[in-house]
Amino acid sequence: MKKRKLTLTQILVGIVGVIIAILFTLPMLWFVFAPFNSSVSLSVAIPERFTLENFVVAFSSEVAMRGLLVNSVIIGGGTMVGTAIIAAMAAYGISRGNLPGRQIFTTVLILFSSVVTGTASMIPIFLLIFSLGLIDTHLGVILVMIGGLLPAAIFIVIDFVDGVPRSYEEAAMISGAGPLTLFRDITFPLIRPGLMVVGIWALVNAWGSFLTPFILLRDPLKVPASVAFYVFYDPEGTPNIKLVAAYAVLYTIPVVLLYLLVNWRYGFSFFGGIKR
Amino acid sequence: MTLILENVHKAFGAVKAVNGFNLSVADGEFIALLGPSGCGKTTTLRIIAGLETLDEGRVVIAGKDVTELPPRDRDIAMVFQDYALYPHMSITDNIGYPLKVRGVSKADRDSRVAAVAGNLQIGNLLERRPSQLSGGQQQRVAVARAVVHHAQVFLFDEPLSNLDAKLRLEARAFLKHLQREVGITSIYVTHDQAEAMALADRIVVMQSGEIMQVGSPLEIYRRPANTFVASFIGNPPMNLLQCTVDTGQSIIQFAEELAIIRLPENSHNTIMNVKPHEQVTLGIRPEYISIRAEPSATTIPGKLYVIQNLGGEILVIARFGEQLLSIRMFQEETPELPEQVWLDLDFDHVFFYGANGQLLQ
Repeated sequence: MKKRKLTLTQILVGIVGVIIAILFTLPMLWFVFAPFNSSVSLSVAIPERFTLENFVVAFSSEVAMRGLLVNSVIIGGGTMVGTAIIAAMAAYGISRGNLPGRQIFTTVLILFSSVVTGTASMIPIFLLIFSLGLIDTHLGVILVMIGGLLPAAIFIVIDFVDGVPRSYEEAAMISGAGPLTLFRDITFPLIRPGLMVVGIWALVNAWGSFLTPFILLRDPLKVPASVAFYVFYDPEGTPNIKLVAAYAVLYTIPVVLLYLLVNWRYGFSFFGGIKR
Repeated sequence: MTLILENVHKAFGAVKAVNGFNLSVADGEFIALLGPSGCGKTTTLRIIAGLETLDEGRVVIAGKDVTELPPRDRDIAMVFQDYALYPHMSITDNIGYPLKVRGVSKADRDSRVAAVAGNLQIGNLLERRPSQLSGGQQQRVAVARAVVHHAQVFLFDEPLSNLDAKLRLEARAFLKHLQREVGITSIYVTHDQAEAMALADRIVVMQSGEIMQVGSPLEIYRRPANTFVASFIGNPPMNLLQCTVDTGQSIIQFAEELAIIRLPENSHNTIMNVKPHEQVTLGIRPEYISIRAEPSATTIPGKLYVIQNLGGEILVIARFGEQLLSIRMFQEETPELPEQVWLDLDFDHVFFYGANGQLLQ
């Protein structure tokens, strides 16, 4: 191998890079070690004495566990499925329907996606959900989440549907397939990578969403994990760091696992197009 | 099965894609729809398939009016230009798909797929995915998927246009053989006249959504019904010359250049239907013009433009006024020709077309 001489600039860039990397790694390290530490502070330290007691305490909170194992799963799963199904149908319609002004329409979609679940629209959303009688229901939260995620989701899925040549569907129609069979056998398998991306992305968004469930839900036993963190705060608003850290680990695991599973099983792709 | 298209109309906005199309196809007949891009041939095929709705008219397959039926109820099979093989299915599943949709059991399906695939020499590819196949193999798989269930009508949408020249000739022979063997009524869309001539029992020549001529390949070649067909069929196509005919004296006067031909005695019937002094078009195939060194009563003057040796035949292009005329000679050696040549027209093979472009007969 050829010996490479490092210039001074390269060395300096390397050092700066390492420093930045350490800065970004520190919170993650804290996050990994703190839950197992019996005496937590805000500084990163390898625990002198490992303990699982923080988890035991976290598990014993009904609000926290219901939030994580029931409410977050319902809200996350509902948002994921709802977003993927509606986005698939809408994207299919837009892609195949030769909508005039489609380019503008899809651009506007993207703009709207940042508005719907934003802080600015919280009052009208609250009033809307209130008049629908959906305050303090999971359905209300799910609908608002889906509404916020759909524009971008549709935008992503359109590209996948566009990537499926019409002749595939026409060939299936001539082969004797009706609309549903056609979608199940041909279109759905071909746009599945796109629906995976959109579904996981919707789940992650719903899982991490704080403001919407915080405003729309009243009963502490209905709030998802993102809001249930508050049980580990004392009435003055000071967090119990040990428990927050332990709960944070539990809160992260499902999403990371799901991401790994989907990535391993199907792979992610953010744009359509079919390898023939 | 028989196929009847009755007064079919289809417009896309202001563009009339198919305009009053009438055709009756006999059982087992192989029909080619031939025409330039945008002539409506693919639209016609898609109307038969039910992939396009029609504005007016009827489609009748095997005596049953299918105009309002969706594609799946028409009992047809189609080979697409891009083959439309499903990329996420194996070749077995691709070929077997029409059977699967129709509820044929897996075992039955597999044996029929294996039989068809063996017949088309793709039996060793069944486990693969379409992306792992060459163009020619994909084409065969697409054909296999069409023949695997016994449809009443086969539709082909330019199935050979994505193949290279050598494969195309092979696939052409293979398709012709297959159609003979299966004996199913077939409609074949192409813009390649050689393909249409080679494959079809009858050719339908189309332009701007209208039928220009229907006939056997030989009829269409020998006796083009109008100047469009004359200039579209044949390679090179028929030579067309503007002229007027003095019917009384059997003299033809060309518009292109000051040249006069006196018709030979035995050829007077060719001008029977030409009105005196009517502007007409004279059509003659390149092989019926011969080159002479001296002028005669049936020659027109030409200036040698270029000689092409095509191997087995010679194509001479000569200038007559502003127009280029093709002359075909069946010989191997490139001839030595003077600059000034005399082109002798064989009046047994001359046609006259009226001002509206239609054959005067």
